[in-house]
Order: sequence, then structure tokens, then C-alpha cells
Amino acid sequence: MSEHILEIHHLSKTFGSHAVLKDIDFIVDKGDVTTIIGSSGSGKSTLLRCINLLETLTTGEILFHGQDVTGRKMNPSSYRAKVGMVFQSFNLFNNLTVLANCMIGQQKVLKVQKEEARKRALYYLSKVGMAPYINARPDQISGGQKQRVAIARALAMEPEVLLFDEPTSALDPEMVGEVLDVMKSLAEKDHMTMLVVTHEMSFAREVSNRVLYMADGLIEEEGPPEKIFTNPDNQKTRDFLRRILQG
Amino acid sequence: MIAQLFSDISGLWAKYSTVYLTGILNTLILAITATLIGCVIGFFCGILQTIPYGPKDNIIKKILLKLVRILIRVYVEVFRGTPMILQAVFIYYGMPYFFGVSFKNIWTVSIIVVSINTGAYMAESVRGGIMSIDPGQFEGAKAIGMNHWQTMLYIVLPQTLRNIMPQIGNNYIINVKDTSVMFIIGFSDFFAVHKMVSGAVFKYFPSAFMEMGGYLCLTLAASFLLRRLEKKLAGKSNYELVNEDQLVMAAGTYSYPAESGSPFDEINKDYKGEGQ
Ligand SMILES: Nc1ncnc2c1ncn2[C@@H]1O[C@H](COP(=O)(O)OP(=O)(O)O)[C@@H](O)[C@H]1O
Ligand SMILES: [Mg+2]
Repeated sequence: MSEHILEIHHLSKTFGSHAVLKDIDFIVDKGDVTTIIGSSGSGKSTLLRCINLLETLTTGEILFHGQDVTGRKMNPSSYRAKVGMVFQSFNLFNNLTVLANCMIGQQKVLKVQKEEARKRALYYLSKVGMAPYINARPDQISGGQKQRVAIARALAMEPEVLLFDEPTSALDPEMVGEVLDVMKSLAEKDHMTMLVVTHEMSFAREVSNRVLYMADGLIEEEGPPEKIFTNPDNQKTRDFLRRILQG
Repeated sequence: MIAQLFSDISGLWAKYSTVYLTGILNTLILAITATLIGCVIGFFCGILQTIPYGPKDNIIKKILLKLVRILIRVYVEVFRGTPMILQAVFIYYGMPYFFGVSFKNIWTVSIIVVSINTGAYMAESVRGGIMSIDPGQFEGAKAIGMNHWQTMLYIVLPQTLRNIMPQIGNNYIINVKDTSVMFIIGFSDFFAVHKMVSGAVFKYFPSAFMEMGGYLCLTLAASFLLRRLEKKLAGKSNYELVNEDQLVMAAGTYSYPAESGSPFDEINKDYKGEGQ
């Protein structure tokens, strides 16, 4: 039996009277690269934000290695440190250099010594090809570079799972590739466990081993990419893919 | 006319230069001290007011935070909404009236009054400064596991400080000028010197002329220094790319135990000859 890292059970989330997520259930195993696709407003971001406890769940539970993380007794900080998140809008710390962005979490949350934190930061910045830019500030680098630094910042915490919320949607087209390449290498070379919300269907198809299609707060269909992209069971999935693949 | 003015001024200066200089020094010390303390008060209030609480927090925390917000609101409104000259009188004479203690040192009461006044303005600036920070900064910090205080201390407050530098400068310049009202309780600042000297020798205009020049010098110097400080806080406008070789040396000693290869495999093929 493979190792369940995350188990989401009966997760629902309502904002006021608006049910954004309805009874979501799925499991993430070690090494899984799961892409979540679906039209805008279907609740994909909210789902990732719930998983990272940036939103409080309305009902349901999230188990991390079998332990419920939504309870009040649980310290969300130590859990969040193990579940990295990469945002559409990067959210790099504007007051810190590229290097410091990748060190601060290690030093303050993981209590890693400065020298060690620096080495780790350099290691992961090299991994995303951003090591030469350690002295730059976020406002001095391009969008694609920012996102690669954001990935390095998340990696430097050495998380067990990485969540990506449309990591390439805010980028100019010519920068999308460099970020996808980094993600692809993480999946294929490092066997990183990843949960990726994306509109990049080629990424979903080639890199992920599982695709979740979401509509109106529900997981409508789930399966391996070959199945979802060539022969989906659900009519909604078919319609969505037709719309998006035609552009 | 002009010649007359200059001879009057040099006459005043010859006789009273130390008095004027002492006045300037007192004004400077009071303005700087009170601005610094006012900033501390302002940051303290601004931070307290922006502690988030949600429906899931316990009731005592919620009540306490609400109470704190109300108290700070009252403080800000009272001290922003009344003249500082009155506040000085109020505190100076109020303390012995109510508590039977009087201020032995006029410095103490002056610093208290100006600081509290500055703090009231700064509390609003800091609150606004914190609220104007992109929520993504908080989320980015939360997502790597930083708690509220770490987020504030290392991410939000440094950015807030940089953003409100112009307001801090403003407050400082206002303080340089407005500490002059402290003469009402007997503080001998730069303006008080003018009253004393011109009253003694009846050279009202020449003394006022010197005062104008003196105050302008103080505030212009402040503006200049603040600009430089702002530039410094903004950081370097360019950065230098770092040579990969140095980085290989620095990071090469980091041993990540995972099955992944070194990131330098591609960069430095003969440095690590294992291949796939
Ligand atoms: N903080 C919020 N308050 C109220 N409604 C929200 C909030 N966040 C998201 N929503 C709503 O939830 C729905 C799903 O949003 P989101 O998860 O961002 O969708 P997606 O990422 O799939 O585009 C949208 O209708 C959005 O308006
Ligand atoms: Mg979204």
C-alpha cells in the first residue's frame, strides 16, 4: 500500500450562503502529481487555500499522514511549513532579497542556523536557475523569475507536498515555459508530491499522473490524464476540454 | 534698511548667540526625542489595532482586542482633536490637581506631551501603512508557516516603515515648529529665546528674522536627511549577478539526502561524474 500524505474527507466551504466547495474527497499519495482543472470560479483556489489552512473549512477534515490538521489543538504553522504553496501572484517578500526570501522561513520557522539556511537557499535557487540573482529584490526581476524564486522559497522549507495555484497564469506567454520546466523537473527528477491547479493542459497531460476536473465546487471526474483527455466519462468534462482546447 | 538689519542681527548674535544656540539645541532634542517616542507609540498602537481575530478565536481574546481598539480610537481622537498647547497646560496643571504630583522637570512633561501628540498621528499612519500592504505578503508568510508576529516583524513592519517614512518626516518637521507652543509651560526652546531676547532689547524684527532663518535651516536639513534615509531604505537600485562558480563552492557542501541529483549536474558535469 502506498503512503497517503494527504486525505481530504467531506470538505465543504461556504462563504456566507455561497457554497463554494461541496463534499470534496480525495487522497494524495507520495510522489503523486495531481493537476486540478476546471473553469474559473469552480473553487480550485479555495480548495488549495483550505488544504493550506489559509481558509477555515466549513465541514470536513484534512488528514496529514493520518492526523487531522484542522482541529484547534493543531498548530497550523508547523503543518504549513510541510505543505508549500506557490501562488499565482508570487507573493515574494518585497522587503527582502531573493536570497533572504528563501532563508527567512527556514530561520524563523524551522530555526535553521543562518549558514545552513544560506546553503539550502542557494541549493534550491540553483535548482530553479535563479542562483545568480540572489542579491536582487523582487521588483527587479521578471515575472517568470519571480515565480521560480517563489518555488525555491517553498522548496527551501523542504515540504512534503507543494501546492501550486495557477503558477503561470499571471505570466507573459514567453515566461510560462521556464516555470513549467522547473515544475516538470521537480516532478520527474525529484519525485516531488505536487498538487497543481492549472490551465496548461499540456502540463496536465504530460507531467501529472492524475487529473481532477472540478465544476461548481465538486470533483466531477478524476482519473489518469490519458483517460481524462482522450475518453472522459463525464459530459461536463468533455464540454470543458472542448472549450479549453479550442482556445 | 538692509544694512541696519544686519547690524542689528550681528549685535544680537554677539550678545546672545549662546542663548539662541541653546534654544535651537533644546528644540532639536525635544523634536527628535518626541518624534522617536511618538513613532514607538504609533507602531505599538497601529500593531495592536491590526491584530486579526476570527469567529473561531476565543471570546476573551475577542473582547480584549475590541477593547484595545476602542481605547486607541479614543486616544487618537482626543489628542488629534485638541490643540497641543492646551494639552500641555492640561497635563502640566492636571497632574498636581488630580494626583498631587507635579513635574519637577519641564523636559519630562514637554517630551510626554509632544510624544503623545505625535503618537496619535503616527498610530493612524501606521494603521494605514499596515492596511496598505498587499494581503499577498501576509499569505506568502503564512504559507511558509510564519505566525502573525513573525510576519509582522520581518515582513510587514519593514515595508510599513519604508512606506510611512514621508509621514514620519512630516511629523518631525511639524514637531520642530510646534514644540514652540511648549513655552506656555516654561520650556525654553528656540522660540522662547526670541520672546525673551526681543523683550529685553526691543529688537523684535531682527530677532524674528533670525528665528525664521533658524527654523528654516532646521527643517531643510531634516528634509534633506530624510530623503537620504528614504533612499537608503529603498535599497540599491541595481544588483550584481553572482558568478555560478562561487555558488557551487558555497552550496556544494549542502547535502540534501533525497534521491535527487545535485542541481549543479548540468552546470558542472565533470565535477560530479555519476551521470544518471
Ligand atoms: N473570500 C471569499 N469570499 C467570498 N467568496 C469567495 C471568496 N473567495 C472565493 N470566493 C468565491 O468562491 C468561488 C470560487 O472561487 P475560486 O476558488 O477562486 O475559484 P477558481 O480558483 O476555481 O477560479 C467564486 O465564486 C468566488 O467568488
Ligand atoms: Mg483560482
